[in-house]
Amino acid sequence: MSIDRRDFFKVISAGAITAATAGSIFAREKKKLAPDAVGILYDATLCIGCKLCEVGCKEYNEMPPEQSLKVDSLNVPTIWDNADDLSAKTLNKIKLYRNGDASVKDREIDGYSFIKRACMHCVDPDCVSACPVTALHKDEVNGIVTYNPKACIGCRYCQVACPFNIPKFEWDDPFPKIVKCQMCDHIQESGGMPGCCYYCPTGASLYGRVDNLMNEAHKRIELAEGSKYNYQVKSMDSGETAQHTVPKYVNYVYGEKETGGTQYMILSAVPFHDLGLPNLPDKSAAGKSETLQHTIYKGLIAPGALLAGLLVAAYRGSKAHNESEEGRS
Amino acid sequence: MSENKPLGGKIITKPFIILAILAGIAVFLLIKRFIFGLGSVTNLSDGYPWGIWIAYDVVIGTAIGCGGYVMAILVYIFNRGKYHPLVRSALLTSVFGYTTAGFSIFIDVGRYWQIYNIFLPSHVNLNSIMFEVAFCIATYILVLWIEFFPTFLEKFNKTKVLLILNKTLFIFIAIGVLLPTMHQSTLGSLMIIAGNKLSPLWQTGWLPVLFLISAILMGYAMVIFESLYSSTVLKIPFEMPALGKIGKLVAWVAVVYIILRFSDLILNGKLGLLFTDSWSNSIMFVVENLLFFVPIILLFSKKYRRSTKSLFFIAIALVLAGAIYRFNAYLVGFNPGIGWHYWPSASEILITIGIIAIEIMAYLVFIKRLPVLPIIKHSTKS
Amino acid sequence: MSNQQIKRVFAENVAQNFDAYGFSRRDFMKFCTAITVTMGLPFSMSKMIAKTIEDPVRPPVIWLHFQECTGCTESLLRATHPKVETLVLDLISLDYSETLNVAAGYQVEKALHDSMEKNKGKYILVVEGSIPVKDDGIYCKIAGKTALESVKEVGANCAAAIAIGSCASWGGVQSTFSNPTGATPLHKILTDKPIVNIPGCPPSPYNFLSTVLYYLTLGKLPELDSKGRPKFGYGRLIHEHCERRPHFDAGRFALQFGDDGHRQGYCLYKLGCKGPETYANCPSILFGDVGSGAWPVGTGHPCFGCTEEGVGFTKHVHEQAEVKTFTPGSIYPDIHSEKKGGITVAGAAVTAGAVVVGAKLVSDVSKKLGENDSKDSSNQA
Repeated sequence: MSIDRRDFFKVISAGAITAATAGSIFAREKKKLAPDAVGILYDATLCIGCKLCEVGCKEYNEMPPEQSLKVDSLNVPTIWDNADDLSAKTLNKIKLYRNGDASVKDREIDGYSFIKRACMHCVDPDCVSACPVTALHKDEVNGIVTYNPKACIGCRYCQVACPFNIPKFEWDDPFPKIVKCQMCDHIQESGGMPGCCYYCPTGASLYGRVDNLMNEAHKRIELAEGSKYNYQVKSMDSGETAQHTVPKYVNYVYGEKETGGTQYMILSAVPFHDLGLPNLPDKSAAGKSETLQHTIYKGLIAPGALLAGLLVAAYRGSKAHNESEEGRS
Repeated sequence: MSENKPLGGKIITKPFIILAILAGIAVFLLIKRFIFGLGSVTNLSDGYPWGIWIAYDVVIGTAIGCGGYVMAILVYIFNRGKYHPLVRSALLTSVFGYTTAGFSIFIDVGRYWQIYNIFLPSHVNLNSIMFEVAFCIATYILVLWIEFFPTFLEKFNKTKVLLILNKTLFIFIAIGVLLPTMHQSTLGSLMIIAGNKLSPLWQTGWLPVLFLISAILMGYAMVIFESLYSSTVLKIPFEMPALGKIGKLVAWVAVVYIILRFSDLILNGKLGLLFTDSWSNSIMFVVENLLFFVPIILLFSKKYRRSTKSLFFIAIALVLAGAIYRFNAYLVGFNPGIGWHYWPSASEILITIGIIAIEIMAYLVFIKRLPVLPIIKHSTKS
Repeated sequence: MSNQQIKRVFAENVAQNFDAYGFSRRDFMKFCTAITVTMGLPFSMSKMIAKTIEDPVRPPVIWLHFQECTGCTESLLRATHPKVETLVLDLISLDYSETLNVAAGYQVEKALHDSMEKNKGKYILVVEGSIPVKDDGIYCKIAGKTALESVKEVGANCAAAIAIGSCASWGGVQSTFSNPTGATPLHKILTDKPIVNIPGCPPSPYNFLSTVLYYLTLGKLPELDSKGRPKFGYGRLIHEHCERRPHFDAGRFALQFGDDGHRQGYCLYKLGCKGPETYANCPSILFGDVGSGAWPVGTGHPCFGCTEEGVGFTKHVHEQAEVKTFTPGSIYPDIHSEKKGGITVAGAAVTAGAVVVGAKLVSDVSKKLGENDSKDSSNQA
């Protein structure tokens, strides 16, 4: 007694189609912002490229100095004071966008702008969903995504998953860890603020509650270009302000919707794509992959059913085989 | 009476020594990896954290090792008893394929001394697809060794234990069909979380289905390839025309695969990307699919199914097709951004080659000393 | 002694009579070297400059004062080496200067006209103060003529002009905000003559002196920037050579006058220092020849951008400056940087080797399979 070949294919196809199309039925609910979510608002128009945030970050996280990998004709690093990009020793990075003669700041054509890259602390982090051992964890209260080396097995799936390519790995260490910005969680625990925000002299890196920062970001893009505005420095409630002329912002807050929203938000006068920020859909990839996985494996119903069928078939099959074997011997 | 017997013969032959040298090089490089870190022997980077050790050793390696899985389906689930003699050698390929894949995972992960965390309930993340893959593969390796155990029992004439095991074997067979169904499809789902980093030519919600079907395809193709290869090299009779019939089955599996693959591409309007995506993506996409199409066409002709030589090349083509599909989904189509590049380093490739060499060496020892290979009484025409 | 007589004596005795002036030849050479360095010229040129000072040929200079506070002249006269400055003033034949003229009234006006006539096309015009143009320029009248008329008349036949001070360079304090008198800088009035602007309130005397010496020595004006300012003096932002810059770079700021940071000499950026957007060389050459720290920031007060139009007297003293330059090294990574990991020779070689070996194994087997097939088919035939 054997399963008809046609039936077999029918079952497989049905299962496949169900899996592929039933996404909406078992769709995993959209992740919400943590109740006391804290974050950083980076305003590229305020950034003067002083790199104090990099220095502060190194200090607060006890990271060693690093040099650029690119060397000139004399084998001297072209950037002698810091790395080219985020790495296992560099948790945040100021980069420069330049176009043409780069003569005017915050202008797209023949202009330049700075951008600070670090972990976006997503509301629906792909890295947290990916990690098989919960080494990357999103705090339920403040939403900071932290890393626990004691749990990590170094599989680097988080690196594959992150749409911003943030987690870095200690490739040259026999006992490597994953390294990324953790919003100075250890400093925040004792009431402080992230090093980048503390050190920033112009208020480009601003610390605060995500809801307040989001309101502030929207307020700024609504301001009239050329008017004067008192920008907060360090954090939303530090009391310290600096007056600047309001620039022509891109009418968008990056991080409001990207991959489900991020707790690190960016304002700029130059299109975000020019600053190296990827164009991402509102739904995170983690949402898609978890939905698919749950659809197939929810309650282990499908595998259970398949196993039951297989047990029956295998039993009959091996019984038949054993009987024929015994018959022969 | 068993229908399998050891091949016998010398273990230390010239090919064996060459393999041993390759294995030795790999061992040396692995010591370097463990002392100096992954960066000292690989070209892996933060943009390309996964390289050939994952894409080939694990993903392709386990798909190649699906021989046991697909033969179990054919023989035990569809009850095609006449293929039974082929099961053990297929199973052996699977045992080694999966064990070396497990070993490759061990040398690839950075914090290998904590790898058991993946089984601890306190750490496990049930949402993680990686967790399911790791758990499934680990369990399956165990199941494979249990399924293979009767071979040892036969060799050492433990007939009583053998009888008991044979009675309960159906449980392991059933699990041994369930688990690869799960993890071979999940190996495809793994790349969904890469989102836009994987070119839409490969990124799709159908990845698990496509990976599963192509794994089944590769399993059967490997059975054909491996059987023809061993018969030639070890000078034993060919298992024809059984292999030809498997060839026909393979053709149908490939047809299902192609239909699903291209339905997804066409219905979601992605075929046009062939002309706008990077040239390396476009070329590799064409190569990948040609390797499916051409064998399908050839397999539907009896002439090609009867000839061992053409079956051999068709089998290789199909294994390559599945392999290149996986390479494309994991490496070629994966683009982390401007400035990132990956091609395996010489050491990285040599380690992989060395691991394959060890696998082949172990395979040779096993078939020469254990009752694995089938006793072909006569070739039947049917 | 009349001016003429002093000049004759000087011409004859300059080399021998340094003692009469109260300094040694060594001091004199040191001065020439310092001036050379200030202008960014090679050391060897100091000898040329020394020669020029000793040379009896002296071009006439006419110095006009308009809407000004006379601070620029006072700055010039305020030095710890008055004898050398006097020397230089003797070096140029200062035919007219309302501050320094001994005579007054019709007498001095006649001296002015005589000089203009005699030295037509050869004299240098120095203007201190801005020129009001509103209401036909009645807001400044000297000797019955408006500043506007005077400057046009005197400027018509000058060889070159120097606008000393911010007022003459861009309008100064009286030109900011509502500018009730229509205060205008020299270069907007005298549009057809080569003009050097030496802004500052007041500018360092050495910027002026160096320009004059440069002209006398080399017969041409020093290299000027887009605003007509000598590059040796105004080519860099104060931020770029401020001694407190390391504090800016390390994030150490004084937040209030008298706080700990202020006492320790921290950067004054947060107190509104306009150094990051002001071009001048104050931190390098300082003022008054009294040693280090003799400039506003050095004394603990933020720079207010006196040389810079749009900053000085325009931006609030404590308004945060716009930083016009990149910091340290002006080197930044690009948005996308190249990383390692691509194909290497070794990698390509091993790959090729593996492919070749694989192909060989396959072909060996396929040959045997081919033989087997033909055997089979011949068996069946």
